[in-house]
Amino acid sequence: MLNEQEAKKLLDKILSYAKADEVSVTITGSRVGNIRYARNTVSTNGETDNLSFAVTSVYGKRSGTATGNEFDDAALERTVRRSEEIAQLAPESPEFMTALPPQHYQQGMNYSENTGRIDPVFRVDAALASIQECVKNKATAAGYLEDTTSFKAIGNNKGLFGYNKETSGEFTVTARTADEKGSGYGVSYFTDAAKLDTKGATEVAVKKALAWKDPKELKPERMTVVLEPQAAYDLLSLLVNAMDARSADEGRSYFGKRGGGNRIGSQLFQDKVTIFSDPFNAENPSSPFFADGRPQQKVTWVENGVLKALPYSRYWAAQKGVDAVPPPEGFIMQGSGQSLDDLIKATDKGVLVTRFYYIRLVDPQTLVFTGLTRDGTFSIENGEIKNGIKNFRFNESPAAMLANLEAVGKPVRIQNSMVPPMRIRDFNFTSLSDAV
Amino acid sequence: MGLGALMLPDYLFSKPVDAARFLDSGIDTKAKKELADAALARAKKSGATYADVRIGRYLTQSVTTREAKVQNIANNESFGVGIRVIANGTWGFAATNEVTKEGVQKCADRAVLLAKANARLQKEPVKLAPQKGLGERSWKTPIEINAFKIPVKEKVDLLMKVNSEALKAGANFINSALFFANEQKYFASTDGSYIDQDIHRLWPTFTVTVVDKQTGKFKTRDALSAPMGMGYEYLTPKASEKIAGPQGLVLYRYAYDMVEDAVQAARQAKEKHTAKSVKPGEYDLVLDPNHLGLTIHESVGHPLELDRVLGYEANYAGTSFCTLDKWKSGNFNFGSKIVNIVADRKQPHFLNTVGYDDEGVPAKEWDLIKDGILVNYQATRDQVQLLGQTESHGCSYADNWGSVQFQRMPNVSLRPGREQLSVEDMIKGVEKGIYILGRGSYSIDQQRYNFQFGGQVFYEIENGKITGMLDDVAYQSNTQHFWNQCVQICDEKDYRCFGTFFDGKGQPGQVSAVSHGCSTSRFAKINVLNTNSSKTA
Repeated sequence: MLNEQEAKKLLDKILSYAKADEVSVTITGSRVGNIRYARNTVSTNGETDNLSFAVTSVYGKRSGTATGNEFDDAALERTVRRSEEIAQLAPESPEFMTALPPQHYQQGMNYSENTGRIDPVFRVDAALASIQECVKNKATAAGYLEDTTSFKAIGNNKGLFGYNKETSGEFTVTARTADEKGSGYGVSYFTDAAKLDTKGATEVAVKKALAWKDPKELKPERMTVVLEPQAAYDLLSLLVNAMDARSADEGRSYFGKRGGGNRIGSQLFQDKVTIFSDPFNAENPSSPFFADGRPQQKVTWVENGVLKALPYSRYWAAQKGVDAVPPPEGFIMQGSGQSLDDLIKATDKGVLVTRFYYIRLVDPQTLVFTGLTRDGTFSIENGEIKNGIKNFRFNESPAAMLANLEAVGKPVRIQNSMVPPMRIRDFNFTSLSDAV
Repeated sequence: MGLGALMLPDYLFSKPVDAARFLDSGIDTKAKKELADAALARAKKSGATYADVRIGRYLTQSVTTREAKVQNIANNESFGVGIRVIANGTWGFAATNEVTKEGVQKCADRAVLLAKANARLQKEPVKLAPQKGLGERSWKTPIEINAFKIPVKEKVDLLMKVNSEALKAGANFINSALFFANEQKYFASTDGSYIDQDIHRLWPTFTVTVVDKQTGKFKTRDALSAPMGMGYEYLTPKASEKIAGPQGLVLYRYAYDMVEDAVQAARQAKEKHTAKSVKPGEYDLVLDPNHLGLTIHESVGHPLELDRVLGYEANYAGTSFCTLDKWKSGNFNFGSKIVNIVADRKQPHFLNTVGYDDEGVPAKEWDLIKDGILVNYQATRDQVQLLGQTESHGCSYADNWGSVQFQRMPNVSLRPGREQLSVEDMIKGVEKGIYILGRGSYSIDQQRYNFQFGGQVFYEIENGKITGMLDDVAYQSNTQHFWNQCVQICDEKDYRCFGTFFDGKGQPGQVSAVSHGCSTSRFAKINVLNTNSSKTA
């Protein structure tokens, strides 16, 4: 791991070897640790350190990239020369964009010393806390904890320089009853390891597994659902990932308009829907710059159900004469002060979904996906969870889902995003699954 | 899924290199043996009761394009050593890209240390099925042309021709790509095996899009190619490897005409705009091998992985409905009597074909489903004894020197029908059915009961004849029900290979490449839904 001064010094040295018209350098370093367990025992663990750099050299509209992980002067120069050789052999790119001049980046907020200090003993203890919770309840744990500490430095021969150090982590656990008739799921995502709670997440998983045992069968049909934040994220992230101005303008996206162009300015969703990204949000901070050097800022993508913006590549933005807004690293869906329990209490009849699984695109035009519920699906009657029910297959579009949104709760961290629990009417379940 | 969804796996420490580097042969076998011996000796000295060493050089190349533009050319090389040990009855694994005597010795020490640290959590000591030391062995994919020796320009020229012909035939957009992989891996173990292997595979693919601006609709068609365990010869069209299908379709066996398929794809994507939207209901499905291969992969290959059955994948990929009690009963009716499914790591041209697996077990062939009955699983040395078997199935694989090996799917295939039957004759016997080709949307639950599959091209069959193209088709079924509805399988003349290049499993995730062979097969009365309205029958 290099600090900002070390990274700048190395980057300048690499640039000093360059002879091409234009040169860009990226230096990345990471330490990724993990521990995996199943059948209440640790199955694998590991820790990987990596430090590497990439050099892109440009002649006219030809560019070539070479990467190295050796850092003596000869190796640095050799890598620069190799990028120049590849550039000279490459075909001209009709979509070539010249490198960015110096940019102003705000200080990133996505690094935590607590996470940076994680070691193998910490991981074993975290796994043990989860396993013991399962053993205590005669359940079987299968879980995975991964933590990443990394940095990225970017620069070019036009004077651009950026440095950001970051941490992130995820913990997921599946608890299954001893007779294999119940299964539950818990998660904990974090930037700061102080927020990691493997015992708490496992308690949730065990509770669900025990409560869901011997599920009843409901007829698959369009139903009101309450999606826990993980389930809501599973579908909502697919919609956010599909946002791209070029594919919309080319007429091959949900966001494309009949007759040409995109749907920015159109009311696509229920007016409770506001989705934005903010790299400086305290709960899900992300890098202050995009990989190509564009600064990341707060962007409102959907406001009160109206599509306000789509990400553009620099090339496509230049073609269209608009600002080149980069895609976000994570997103935030605006919620309310209501808890998950509040949403359940206000539901006369519906289905509570913990998470979805094996989600695949069925129709790119309408963004219909198929997939299944998993690890804790319950019926709701008169504002209360009644009993566990068999898993369903769905065929549903996250776009249609946001058009049928009835209520949202308080957002929580899922992956690198903030997502609220949601109540949605007419969610399309199409068949039953016997899977536990 | 379009090409936008395709990504090369992130190989550990993989670095872009000049294509000329692919022609280097890497370090010689003698040097590898010396390094391996140094690592094995150190592991034993540090307290390991078993150790294996994998010295791996992994080469990948991808060329991706859209219309007249080359989007990316990536040449990657990854070289290093992975050492796995058993100490205090527990696995330990460490890896390094410092491929020197000192580097591998330090790595062996780290693997033993990790094993000892984990031992306090181990409930039962690891027990390995015996594997006799094989001495020095070598194996190579039987290729005719090493794809890494073909200049990048030739590959770009091929894709540019594919793209321009598709655009001429009516496509508005085309994304096309070529993927190549070469694993040069040296395995050595304390059993006394020293195995040098050189494994090759490739995958040509594309997605064609036709947009109707007036309606705002767009339709796509993906390539009907299969990734193969072959060299560049797969991309040389051969009349003898083409099959004339119904409706003028050209299908491919062990040589692929990418330009020809792109042209037929553009025409079919255009035809989809006026195709009849399917009426939901029960249909007899006639499934082409290029489609059925994925159904075999998801509904047979994965549920018969023993590690899933035992619960090792419970938090991620899931478990399996094929529990040990069903297998022990000896009469679990997985499919109809004509269903015979075999695992085979020796089948020529198949992606998962090797000489030896990643724990030194020779490749073999064994039955999984015999006359419709579940008879076996896919297992590694440390799990096969749970089946009361004394010999590993040879299913161990790691996608890189830096990844620990674990159980992965071998080639799993449906044996062809014993009686002579052509696709044409099969269709003649169908009153109300759908003929489905190509890999489409696919989804299955975590125990592999309930699945839904789409496809690339659909034709309606009425009273023994194809009457036209259909759109918006997907079928939903239950694995055991579906395979018991298998009523006809074409003979070996129609036998072809489907494959998947990046099959994911494990945490952290690893990929593997695997093929599935079969002949066109008929499944009676399967539930079909309309994906446009998403309403079941």
